[in-house]
Amino acid sequence: MAKRLDISDLNIYYSDFLAVEGVTMAIEPRSVTAFIGPSGCGKSTVIRSLNRMHEVIPGARIEGRIALDGEDLYGREVDPVRVRRQIGMVFQRPNPFPTMSIHANVIAGMRLNNKRMSKAAADEVVERSLRGANLWNEVKDRLNRPGSSLSGGQQQRLCIARAIAVQPDVLLMDEPCSALDPISTLAIEDLIGELKQEYTIVIVTHNMQQAARVSDQTAFFNLAGVGQPGKLIEMDATEKIFSNPSKKATEDYISGRFG
Amino acid sequence: MTRVQTPHGESADTASLRGPKLSHGKLPRFTPLAVFAGSLVAVGALFALLGSFSVPLTVFLGVILHAVVLLVLTQVVEGRRAAIDRLATTAMYSAFGLALIPLVSLLWTAVQEGLERFDGYFLSYTMRGVFGGMDAGGAYHAIIGTVEITLFATLISVPIGLLTAVYLVEYGPSRLGRAITFFVDVMTGIPSIVAGLFAYALFALFLGPGVRMGVVGSVALAVLMIPVVVRASEEMLKLVPNELREAAYALGVPKWLTIVKVVLRTAAAGIVTGVMLSIARVIGETAPLLITVGVADSVNYNLFDGRMMTLPVYVFRQYSQGLAPNGVTTINYDRAWAAALTLIIIVMLLFAVARLVSRFFSPKTGRR
Amino acid sequence: MTTTGEPATSTTPPAKQRTRTPQRPGDIVFSFSAKAAGVLILIILAAVAAFLVAQAWPAIQTDSTELSERVHWLGQGRTLLGYVGPLVFGTVLAALIALLIATPVAIGVALFISHYAPRRLATSFGYVIDLLAAIPSVVYGLWGALWLMPKLFPAFQWLADNLGFIPLFAGPAGDPPRTILTAGIVLAVMILPIITAVSREVFLQTPTLHEEASLALGATRWEMIRMAVLPFARSGVISAAMLGLGRALGETMAVAMVLSPGLAYSIFLLQPGQQQNIAANIALKFPESSGLGVNVLIFTGLVLFLITLLVNMLARWIVSRRAEFSGAN
Repeated sequence: MAKRLDISDLNIYYSDFLAVEGVTMAIEPRSVTAFIGPSGCGKSTVIRSLNRMHEVIPGARIEGRIALDGEDLYGREVDPVRVRRQIGMVFQRPNPFPTMSIHANVIAGMRLNNKRMSKAAADEVVERSLRGANLWNEVKDRLNRPGSSLSGGQQQRLCIARAIAVQPDVLLMDEPCSALDPISTLAIEDLIGELKQEYTIVIVTHNMQQAARVSDQTAFFNLAGVGQPGKLIEMDATEKIFSNPSKKATEDYISGRFG
Repeated sequence: MTRVQTPHGESADTASLRGPKLSHGKLPRFTPLAVFAGSLVAVGALFALLGSFSVPLTVFLGVILHAVVLLVLTQVVEGRRAAIDRLATTAMYSAFGLALIPLVSLLWTAVQEGLERFDGYFLSYTMRGVFGGMDAGGAYHAIIGTVEITLFATLISVPIGLLTAVYLVEYGPSRLGRAITFFVDVMTGIPSIVAGLFAYALFALFLGPGVRMGVVGSVALAVLMIPVVVRASEEMLKLVPNELREAAYALGVPKWLTIVKVVLRTAAAGIVTGVMLSIARVIGETAPLLITVGVADSVNYNLFDGRMMTLPVYVFRQYSQGLAPNGVTTINYDRAWAAALTLIIIVMLLFAVARLVSRFFSPKTGRR
Repeated sequence: MTTTGEPATSTTPPAKQRTRTPQRPGDIVFSFSAKAAGVLILIILAAVAAFLVAQAWPAIQTDSTELSERVHWLGQGRTLLGYVGPLVFGTVLAALIALLIATPVAIGVALFISHYAPRRLATSFGYVIDLLAAIPSVVYGLWGALWLMPKLFPAFQWLADNLGFIPLFAGPAGDPPRTILTAGIVLAVMILPIITAVSREVFLQTPTLHEEASLALGATRWEMIRMAVLPFARSGVISAAMLGLGRALGETMAVAMVLSPGLAYSIFLLQPGQQQNIAANIALKFPESSGLGVNVLIFTGLVLFLITLLVNMLARWIVSRRAEFSGAN
């Protein structure tokens, strides 16, 4: 578990439009890496390319290399579906499957892939994952209720449980708290702190305080103007970025001068 | 409504009375209703005096009198623009009332005339050996035929229609997709008799002319059903939030399993509703079945061998035999009405069940 | 993401996609069958046209004297076009009568539901009108023949007596009135729900801003409808009427059960035995036809197919034009 990601010279296109240009960075295992930057700078695009989710959009493609512990994710024989099984993702808005119970939602990763598992094994995975997502105590008595019966924050933790149930190496979170209230946000942030003991976590956030609170590394993305590609401006230890950034643009953004 | 207080502390209503022409001559709210009732009574009374009272004529002339009186009254009290507005309102209400006449009279007649013979006997006996004005005969064979032919048509059209909708929604916009969308629209407009001719021509090519079989009718109905199923399923698939697809992809689920287990599963209730409505649409088709399946007097369970009877064709057949020369002279019309009532009940049941399915089995997404 | 006219950057996009991902068998099979189903629909439609042409061909090919000899009901000396012509006339006449009656009522009903009826009841009223669409056409035929005809006769007689000097209403009025006007009225009832449903949707799409703008100018409700709703909805209502026309052109049973057929270019609406529509003619003649007779009927079916195709495509075209102009999706 918990592998490192190495990105080098990553360009991302939507058809002929270059959305992100020249990203090179290393994402360390068992740590939280935060992506920050103004809207449209490509941070969501980058995180979606890390588990090949961007390919879902027709015409999207990349150049460059993304390696998971040295193995190229975009190699000729690599199956994007297998990549996504090793690199889980949590989305902006909680999206539990509305037709499934809480229990079924957690093991959806196995069930949807037709994996056979005994009732006992399924129950064990459900309990482990829900405990891992700090949700077990709240839902253990109503595992057969629909997933959509939970509150927004609980739904998002259910989605995290669903993502860690398949025991991925990396967990990607694309603005996981943007649709949640402050109390639920706090619960998710605490959870991220615990999860980094076991997983490599990448989180996109609009909220700079959140990045400062939860992350070990911070990467700042920016774009020169409308129609220009987004670029990685700088990446460093979170304390360094927020106290003494080396680039002017980063400082302007952190101090709220734009964005 | 909150009352606005003027600086002097009096309510806005009273203040406006003193203001420059904000209030105006206004007829009381109940005026239209009163005028309508008055007109009806006046016309009715006039006809009663003349000794030739008839309900339709009374209502017809009553509505006209109502419109005229209200127009004049409003013109005098409220002015020309208000009068025209009232006239338009009367027109809209009358249009709706007019549209209700066929519906109410049709349902009423069907129930009244149909109930006479609509019983267990009618539903469980055939027309075998029944002739002239015999007080016998039922529609069992027609019900069997309708159910079998419609089910087989559903069996043909649902896979095709559903897969096409999946292609259109899940496999993205393409030139082929646009062509299919356009031709599905075109197909919606195919007259049912043309669908019947097509099915006949298709089978006549392989089995020779004069072919009459249940399955030919099923093919004809399928041609009519497919575009409806495509449209309905397409709408339902589009309603499935993209986030669910992404959630499944992110769990490492292949696209086809995502479609089968997440997208179709989520849209299932809506699709079932759409399919039931499309069945309701074709189950009453007469013309294509008349020319492809023909008529029969007794039960034929085999879709692939020989003529069958169907409910709509049964209605037509009984109607076109006209009055019987002896015995119960109206027997044919009575059976036609009973079969029509059966058909209406089946269609209404399909509608009702479809609504219930969509109400109770739709996933609650918990979002606004 | 941003999409601007300015070309992204000067870096040339890569010539080919770098990755060729291995496809899973399940994905291949499933996407293939989905695509196949879509293509099958195109094939079916092409087959409908092809089979109709193929089966109509013998009738087109056969010499007209031979045709009238071998198809006894064609009538002495009637050519194929001489047979189809009056049928097309009857089809169009019945459909136009239906359209003329149904459109104003449908617009009224649609406005009633969208702008006049109490909010809480409006949806239920919508369902009630939709019920009209659910009733099978054979039941309409039965209703038209057994319930409506006796009720219509006095009115028709009055028309013939008082307005008989207009050729349309020339007497004597048939009793029972198995005439094209009766058929048109029944058809009008059948297409009313279609026109109403489409118009209602269009009326409800009127931008609230426009409505409020005219109300703020002091317009009455009717003036608001004339200023804001009707101009916005015009093309939508036209295409709704065209869709209704398409249905009326192809309707079979209601006409077959109500109309006493004839083969004349006749505009006498109150006399039976004057006109016939294509669909009803096929339904009535088909069971007792064989050989060339079937080919003749299929030829008329082909003509009907082309007419409805034309009308429906025109309707769709108007709809799509409207979608482009209004900017509403």
